[in-house]
Amino acid sequence: MLDLSQYQSIGEALKDALDRFADEVCLIEADREREKERLTYREFKERSHPLAQALQDAGFTAGERAGIIMTNQSKWLISAYAIFFAGGVLVPLDYKLTPEEHWQLLKHSGAKFLITEYPIWRQLNLSAGRSSATNLQTVLVTEAPANAHLAGALRWEEFRGAGEPVFVPRKRSDTASIVYSSGTGGRPKGCMMTHENYLEQCVALTSIYPFWPGVRYLSILPTNHAIDFMVGFFGPFTCGAAVVHLRTLRPEYVREAFPKYKITYVSLVPLVLKNLQKGLQTRFDALPALKRKIFNVLVAFNKALTKNRPRLGLSRRLLKQVHAAFGGELRAIIVGGAFTEPQTLQFFYDLGIPVANGYGLTEAGTAITVNDLKPFRADTVGKPLPGMQVRIVNPAPDGVGEVSVRSKTVMSGYLDDPELTAETIVDGWLMTGDLGRIDDTGHLQLSGRKKNMIVTEEGKNIYPEDVEKVFESLPVKEFCVFAANYIWPKRSMVGEKLVLILHLEQGQNYSEELRRDINARNNRLLNYKRVHGVILFEEDFPRTASLKIKRNVLAERLAKLDSATAILPL
Amino acid sequence: MRTLEQTTQEVLDLAAKHFQLPAGSLAPGDDFFKKLGIDSLQTLEMLSRLENHFGIELPDYEVQGVSDFRTLAERIQSRL
Repeated sequence: MLDLSQYQSIGEALKDALDRFADEVCLIEADREREKERLTYREFKERSHPLAQALQDAGFTAGERAGIIMTNQSKWLISAYAIFFAGGVLVPLDYKLTPEEHWQLLKHSGAKFLITEYPIWRQLNLSAGRSSATNLQTVLVTEAPANAHLAGALRWEEFRGAGEPVFVPRKRSDTASIVYSSGTGGRPKGCMMTHENYLEQCVALTSIYPFWPGVRYLSILPTNHAIDFMVGFFGPFTCGAAVVHLRTLRPEYVREAFPKYKITYVSLVPLVLKNLQKGLQTRFDALPALKRKIFNVLVAFNKALTKNRPRLGLSRRLLKQVHAAFGGELRAIIVGGAFTEPQTLQFFYDLGIPVANGYGLTEAGTAITVNDLKPFRADTVGKPLPGMQVRIVNPAPDGVGEVSVRSKTVMSGYLDDPELTAETIVDGWLMTGDLGRIDDTGHLQLSGRKKNMIVTEEGKNIYPEDVEKVFESLPVKEFCVFAANYIWPKRSMVGEKLVLILHLEQGQNYSEELRRDINARNNRLLNYKRVHGVILFEEDFPRTASLKIKRNVLAERLAKLDSATAILPL
Repeated sequence: MRTLEQTTQEVLDLAAKHFQLPAGSLAPGDDFFKKLGIDSLQTLEMLSRLENHFGIELPDYEVQGVSDFRTLAERIQSRL
C-alpha cells in the first residue's frame, strides 16, 4: 500500500499507484456471462490520461466541478481519475435519481462538466429541468449508438487529447468532491469532502480491512455512494488491488461472480444481505436429515472455534461447500448504508463469513465505527476507527444520547449552506442525529434516530421534505410529511415509515376521493419514498415568521396523539 | 411479431405465475411494488424470468424507475 501520509490529494496518490502497480490488474468489467474489460493499472493510465488532456484542452482548470452519473463500470473510475488528475472537484450523483433530481443537483453543484451514459443522457434530455442547469457547458456521453442524437453532448470515447496532460496538484484542505447525502427537495445537502477526508479515511479503514495486489473487490453499491467510492475505488487502487464491476445486478449474475472472479470483499446493503441469508437458509433447510445434522454440527464447531476471532482457513475447510459458493476467497462482506439486524450478522459469522458491519455518514467521510472482529459482536456497530473521536451528547440515565464525532475525515461543510453546516458541525463535532450508547468495551450500540428522516433497508436516506412536492396542491388546508419515529421515538433502527399529516379545511371530511388522490400521488414516488399512512391533525401547523413549518414543535404536538390509532392506512 | 397487447398479457401471466397468483389477477396499470409487495431484488428476479421468456436482454438502466406492468411491457416490446 502507498504511504498515504505522504500525499496531498487523491489525484496525487492515484497517479503514483498507477505507476507502482503498473502490471497488476485493477479493473474487471463483466456484462452477464461476458467479460467486457480487464485492465491493468498501466492500461488504466493509458485510458485516462488522454481524457485528462482533453478536459484540460476544453478549459478544465483547478477547482472546476464535474459531475458523473453512471452505473458502476470502468469508465466511471477512469473519468473520476481524469478529473482528479486535472485538479477538479468530483460531483458523483446517484444514477437512480430521477432526471428532475439530477438537474436540480447539477445546478446546485455548479458543475460545468458532466460525464454520463447515453441512456441516462437520453432521459435527462426529456426533462424540463435541463434549462435550469445553465452552468453546465460540456457533456460527455459514453456508449452512444452510432446514429444516436446527442443533443449537444460529445462522445466520451472520442474525447481524447494528444500529448501528456499536466498533473494539477491540490492541497489536503481543498475540496475533492461534493457528495449529496440526500436532499433533492428544497434543501440539497452537498457534503464538501476534502482530499484529507479521503486520505485519512482510507488509512483508517485499510488498517482493519487491508487490500493488496491480488485482492478482488466486487463493486455492487453505486460508486457515488461514499462506501463504494472508498472500498471500491480509492482503497483498492492505492493498494494495487482489483475492482470487479458487473453491468447487470441480477441476483444470478452476482452469485456467479463470486466463484468466477474469486472475490475477496464485497459491500452490500442489508436488503441484499438478508436476501442472501434467505437463499442460503432455504438450501440448508432442503438438506436431507442426516446431512443437515452433520452440517449443524459443523456450524456449531465453527462457531465455537471462531468465538474470539475469525479463522478463515479453518472455516473454509469445515464448511467447504458454503465457502466454495462464495468463491473460497471471501474474507469479509462489508455491509453499509443502513442498519443491519444482529441475527443476520450472526448467521454469516457462524458460517465463517465475517460481516464488517459498521456505522457511518457521508458527512463523516464514510465510516465512523466498524466491527474489528476482536471478537465479533453482532449487537453493536463496532468500535470507532483509528483517528475517530466519538462521544455521546446529553446521555440519558441508560447512557443513550446523540452520537457526535470529531475526526480529520469529517466534511468541511455543506455546499452553499453555512446555516445547516453550523447546525451540523458544532465546535468541531459532527452531530449525527443518531442515538446510541458506548458500552464498557468501547463498542457503539445504536438505538434510534433524533432526526426527521428514515433509512430504508436498501440504504436509501429519505428526508420527509423531499417527498412533499408530490402532494403539492392537495385539496386540504395544509399538509406535511414526517418520519413516524420522529414523532413517536422508538428505540429501533428498522421498520421506519413516512406518514402524511393533513390539516383539513373546516367542514372537510377525509373522503374516499381525497384518499384516492393521495394514493395516486403517492404512487408517482419511487416505492421506497412512499408514505405509509395519514394522520389527521385539527390545528394550524406552527410556522415561523417566514411561514416555514416549525417541524419540531409540530412533532411535539403530534406526539400527544396515540400512535396506535392516529395513523390511518392508505 | 407480438403486438404490445400480447406482450403485456404475457408479462402479466408470467408475473402472476412467478409470484403464484391466480391468472388474471394483475392489470397493466398495476404498480408491481405495491400490488405484489416486492422489493427491488425480487423485481430483478422477475425480470430475469421475463428475459428468458422473450429471449431478450433488458439492461438494468432500461427498467430503472419502471414500476408498472404496462411500461415494463413497452420496454420489452422495444427490444423484441
